[in-house]
Amino acid sequence: MTTFGVIRFPGSCDEVDALHAARRVGDAKLLWHKDRDLHGVDAVIVPGGFSYGDYLRVGAIARFSPVMESVAEFARAGGLVLGICNGFQVLCEAGLLPGALLPNLERRFICRQLGIEVVSNDTAWTSACTPGDVLSIPVKHTSGRYYVPEDQLADLNVVFRYAHDGNPNGSTNDIAGVANADGNVVGLMPHPEHAVDPLTGSTDGLRLFESAVRERVPA
Amino acid sequence: MARVRVLVRPKEGILDPQGQAVEQALPALGFSGVRNVHIGRLIELDVEDEAQVPEMCEKLLANTLIEDFEVVRA
Repeated sequence: MTTFGVIRFPGSCDEVDALHAARRVGDAKLLWHKDRDLHGVDAVIVPGGFSYGDYLRVGAIARFSPVMESVAEFARAGGLVLGICNGFQVLCEAGLLPGALLPNLERRFICRQLGIEVVSNDTAWTSACTPGDVLSIPVKHTSGRYYVPEDQLADLNVVFRYAHDGNPNGSTNDIAGVANADGNVVGLMPHPEHAVDPLTGSTDGLRLFESAVRERVPA
Repeated sequence: MARVRVLVRPKEGILDPQGQAVEQALPALGFSGVRNVHIGRLIELDVEDEAQVPEMCEKLLANTLIEDFEVVRA
């Protein structure tokens, strides 16, 4: 069974939903930000929230936490890492994903259900999707405007785009999520862990977790 | 110890909605002739070795993908 590890930083707020989401497809445990040991998990989720109060810049301080040193090593060795919202910001700050997240163009916190189109299923976290699929998943953030310098756009491994001209934050090219070159590390602003139960309107978010489980089937 | 100020600004060409909001608010208060408002961060610190400050900026105080920094002796 695939075991997911969900990091808890001071200021995280979506780690419990991420645990519940992961437990629909596998096993899951919390990883404490001061603990360098990843406890043998198969995949790591860096959850949403306001790690370390988002002081200085979103994700800037969390990136230096002891657990993130181990996550960086794990990622470089091919380990599966998913960054959601604040987790995406942390992975960008850590240099595990390209780019940065800037304040929303409209200077407001946004919270709504959106369609996000799968651009690539050639990643560990989207292998159960088909390019062109539109997943119904909520966003809730203040700093979600994805930015990369223009000269890096051509090589960028885009995984998700906001669909139906629904770019909520001014992200470059409607980008909602990206992967590293190897596809084992993915980050996105929308919250798949909040879309895993019919009660809340959509179960599309489960596809990411199912993808990770498929990836971990022993050879 | 040396007192140092680090000024962090959004890089040129990156949209700065905060600066735009302030630029639009000033005329509403009767201040005309204001352009190119940009909002960044001021970080003040006492350091034993001033020479280390640029590296501190590169590693933590600024994100050089989106921000420029300037170190000023206070």
